[in-house]
Amino acid sequence: MRKEAGRRGMGLWVAALAVYAFLYLPLLIVVIYSFNDSRLNAEWVGFTWHWYDVLLHDEDMLAAAGNSLLIALTSSLMTTILGTMAGIAMHRYRLKALTFMVMTPVAMPEILLGVSLLLFFIQILNLTLGMVSIILAHITFSIGFVAIVVRTSLAGMDESIFEAARDCGASPWRTFRHITFPLILPSVVAGGLMAFTLSIDDFVITFFTAGVGVSTLPLRIYSMIKIAVTPEVNAVSTLLMLLTLALIVLASRIAPSVLRFKT
Amino acid sequence: MRDNRSRLSPAARLTKWLVSSPPFAFLLLFFVAPGIIMVFASFRYPGEFGGLAPIIAADPNTLHGFTLETYRFFFGDFIYTEIFAKSFLVALATTLICLIMAYPLALLIARSPKNRRDLMVLLVILPFASNFLIRIYAWMILLGPQAALSLLVNGLLGAFGVAPVRLLFSPFAVLVALVYVHLPFMVLPLYTNLEKHDPALLDAARDLGANAWQRFWRVTFPLSLPGIFSGSTLVFIPVLGMFAIPDILGGTGDMLIGNLIKEQFLGTRDWPFGSTLSIMLTITVLACVWFAARLGGRRRRHA
Repeated sequence: MRKEAGRRGMGLWVAALAVYAFLYLPLLIVVIYSFNDSRLNAEWVGFTWHWYDVLLHDEDMLAAAGNSLLIALTSSLMTTILGTMAGIAMHRYRLKALTFMVMTPVAMPEILLGVSLLLFFIQILNLTLGMVSIILAHITFSIGFVAIVVRTSLAGMDESIFEAARDCGASPWRTFRHITFPLILPSVVAGGLMAFTLSIDDFVITFFTAGVGVSTLPLRIYSMIKIAVTPEVNAVSTLLMLLTLALIVLASRIAPSVLRFKT
Repeated sequence: MRDNRSRLSPAARLTKWLVSSPPFAFLLLFFVAPGIIMVFASFRYPGEFGGLAPIIAADPNTLHGFTLETYRFFFGDFIYTEIFAKSFLVALATTLICLIMAYPLALLIARSPKNRRDLMVLLVILPFASNFLIRIYAWMILLGPQAALSLLVNGLLGAFGVAPVRLLFSPFAVLVALVYVHLPFMVLPLYTNLEKHDPALLDAARDLGANAWQRFWRVTFPLSLPGIFSGSTLVFIPVLGMFAIPDILGGTGDMLIGNLIKEQFLGTRDWPFGSTLSIMLTITVLACVWFAARLGGRRRRHA
């Protein structure tokens, strides 16, 4: 009996390790080849910083990185405010319509949101696509992520503290300022960091709402890999991986529940 | 603290309005309105230079007003229904492969000591910290003609006298990347479900003489169906609307619904037809969600 269980355990371990290898090997290769002294991503030739040097002198790439940063900062700030409000409203007032509007963009195929916003910006708002349209689009798809994190943290709280504050004569604003807000602050910050990484990483929705003038880091990577595979892409990928990794670790330290929603 | 309109004080009502109206208004404008516009756009004619033809035209001989043309076009040409059917099958295949790969891993994590589980889950999520395009790009390198995998496969094929194949820009590359990108979506809900199973059930089954195989198929698997359904929905829906993976890793014949939609909006600039395709995709997604919910719901009632 024990032997049978052991064999089965072994089988599971082998299968699981294979899946972990499947998840990590491709990314590892991207990182390793970013230090490879060869134009081809095919065999190891020797160590070099050359591709990072190329990257740091690539004007287009730097401009795209600057745009991405600006877009991510602006949109994540707005998203944090609107998402926190939505999270509170969803928890406290159970508004069905709001919950639907917040959750659907998270669940539906991104392309649908991308093309409907493209249509809306051009046809109805008569907006020239660029920074503003990208920022508005990013806020739309990431509000849900912040709202979910905030609502989860509120759902885990003891309602009696809010009632106690009210019974002591605190106005709704005072209750929020001194009780609710300090309690949900970690989730708000974590949600904001999440919104930042979602924005800086987004490709699909940006692709449809960017127009011709403005490029972001993912858009730049896309056009590079469509033309040719060069190790400069490996270098920028490695740096971007480090950045998002750091942000996610930070966010999950502040509020562990964010990890459940990144995926 | 459930909302009860009659009991809310004026101050509380004001608070409710102040808190909920900004996100409500924003999403109404940038999520609901674009959706409605898209439904209308699908009944219009394409403009001469992209965009939409006017509803009321100065010259009555030009195309204007509303039409069912795009829908007639969609159902009239077998190519479009075929791409929808193909996308459906690709999404189904991706979901099944993800399920087969994710199940042993989720089971192992759920049966590991509690203190090790968080780390093992984290290790599944971490690859997601990398950009979506980077994860696709990784497969461009791995499947490239000079890469070890291609050399190995073609070496083996050569030994049997078969002509070499191209791994990159093929349906195979598309499927591998689809599985790669969506695998964690399957692992996490499965793990969340499996973790809740009471080990006493398996002990009971063992005492009653069930072997490992029977214990899995008659206890663990049926109980994990809700996890399988939620994981499958999370994989199936995004795959159905995917355009980047076929666009980067696929050949010309590997078009999915997403590529078709992208082409209408950015390539041929036939927005009404692009809108029609988007609406057909939305209907397909809703039908799948409804079907999954029904299937899951019936399960639960029987259990």
